[in-house]
Amino acid sequence: MDKVIIAKDLSLSYSSSETIINKADFSVNSGSFVFITGASGSGKSTLLKSLFGALKPKQGSLVVGGVELKGVSRSKLNFLRRHIGIVFQDYKLVKEWTIDKNIMLPLLINGYVKNVASNQVDKLLKHVRLNHQSGKFPLELSGGEQQRAAMARALAHNPVLILADEPTGNLDEYSSQLIWNLLEGANSQLNTTVIVVTHNIPKTLNVDYKHFHIEYGSIHEVC
Amino acid sequence: MKSVRNHLSLVIALLSIIFSMQVYLIAERSIEAYRVNLAQNYSVIAVSKKRLEQNEILSINNIISDAKELSPDSVIEKLGSDMKSSNFELLKLTLPKFYKLSLTHYPTPDEVKNLRRDLLKNSSITKVEDFSHTHDKTYKLLLLFKNVVGLFAIVVFVVTVLLITKELKIWQYKHNERMSIMGLFGAALWLRSAILFRLAIVDALIATLLAFGIFTYLASSPLILEQFANIGINIVIFDQVDDLLLILGVAMSISILLASLIVLGHKEEA
Ligand SMILES: Nc1ncnc2c1ncn2[C@@H]1O[C@H](COP(=O)(O)OP(=O)(O)OP(=O)(O)O)[C@@H](O)[C@H]1O
Ligand SMILES: [Mg+2]
Repeated sequence: MDKVIIAKDLSLSYSSSETIINKADFSVNSGSFVFITGASGSGKSTLLKSLFGALKPKQGSLVVGGVELKGVSRSKLNFLRRHIGIVFQDYKLVKEWTIDKNIMLPLLINGYVKNVASNQVDKLLKHVRLNHQSGKFPLELSGGEQQRAAMARALAHNPVLILADEPTGNLDEYSSQLIWNLLEGANSQLNTTVIVVTHNIPKTLNVDYKHFHIEYGSIHEVC
Repeated sequence: MKSVRNHLSLVIALLSIIFSMQVYLIAERSIEAYRVNLAQNYSVIAVSKKRLEQNEILSINNIISDAKELSPDSVIEKLGSDMKSSNFELLKLTLPKFYKLSLTHYPTPDEVKNLRRDLLKNSSITKVEDFSHTHDKTYKLLLLFKNVVGLFAIVVFVVTVLLITKELKIWQYKHNERMSIMGLFGAALWLRSAILFRLAIVDALIATLLAFGIFTYLASSPLILEQFANIGINIVIFDQVDDLLLILGVAMSISILLASLIVLGHKEEA
């Protein structure tokens, strides 16, 4: 099977004094569903950052989508990122844009025609139950609504890989279920590889998944 | 409302720069016009024992642009005596020749001194009146004007730099987040900075247009025209082609420079 992610002897750190991930070896098959757990501050977000090239490997090698991220060029990284959908822990919505425009961002970057893009946005707003909030700005939405907008943006361009950092962290059970269904749908229907950082793995998931746990800078495969 | 505020800060910064620049230009033009005015009104009187050719006088010093012989009648008239007319004729013949010398430009005190020396080298010229006392005073006043305007230009330059730096920081803060987020989804640099450059260009155009309106109005305002008429200076307050192009050029360069600095200084968050 194709590997979307191959990490060998991977170390990650922000400064020379503290290593967050220490000499990790792991790989992720294309089309799989992966959960990453670990205590707060264990390095889950840090690991995700490295997967879309926002944090370069300190040591070892990290290949995502066939691209070696150690010393990757800016244009190659841009190319890779256009095929990744990310849900950030702090959402990272553009405040001066409406949520519609925010969700449209990956479509514009990938060169979609305007009306195709806006149709897609309408569809996504319905999927995440935000159609009644269309035209509003991020700060006019609740935290959970912003999180769902961020999820819609990550799904917009049918990416090959979705990286979601606690995508249900601010949601009630009903909305959480909505998010799991969307991620499951992308995974089973479009064969999208999904990597989710979470504190509680849903019990109702209908797909097989892998589970990595981060502890003391090491990544263990739980199942 | 939000979009108006987006444009306002840079437009105001640009407008104040344009405004100061135009005021400086007007001051420069006024001084230049005043200098020409002075040069026209200032002349040196040379007294010669015998008649001198125009060419001969002009060759003495090339600051001399024209030499006119003064009619002795006016000189005699000023004597205001009640001489007989036959004596008048006699006096006319024995009187020295008076020449009024016009100069190419308003001279510096040194140039006046040199001119005087050169004139007196000519054996037939006996006396030179250069009105040096009045000249010195006027010249110092002109220098003062020039210095004040120069100082003004420096102050404007410093204020401009400060305004632009402040604007740069505000812009950097305002645009950095959006540019980072776009970068996280793989937008190339040109796409990330497109909004910034569009904003910069639109703001430069708005500022230019506003400045054009304001100066066109001021340049035709009776109040302003009266002021200039009062001091007897006639200058172009606002040239609707040349000045407009200058303003457009300055506004565009500043805002595009600003946008480029922001793009160059843009840091991705880790
Ligand atoms: N930008 C940064 N610069 C320096 N250190 C950082 C930065 N971001 C995170 N860290 C440090 O890296 C460690 C891991 O942080 P990370 O955000 O990966 O934790 P996490 O597992 O995602 O925690 P949480 O569950 O609370 O989100 C923390 O100790 C944190 O202080
Ligand atoms: Mg985190």
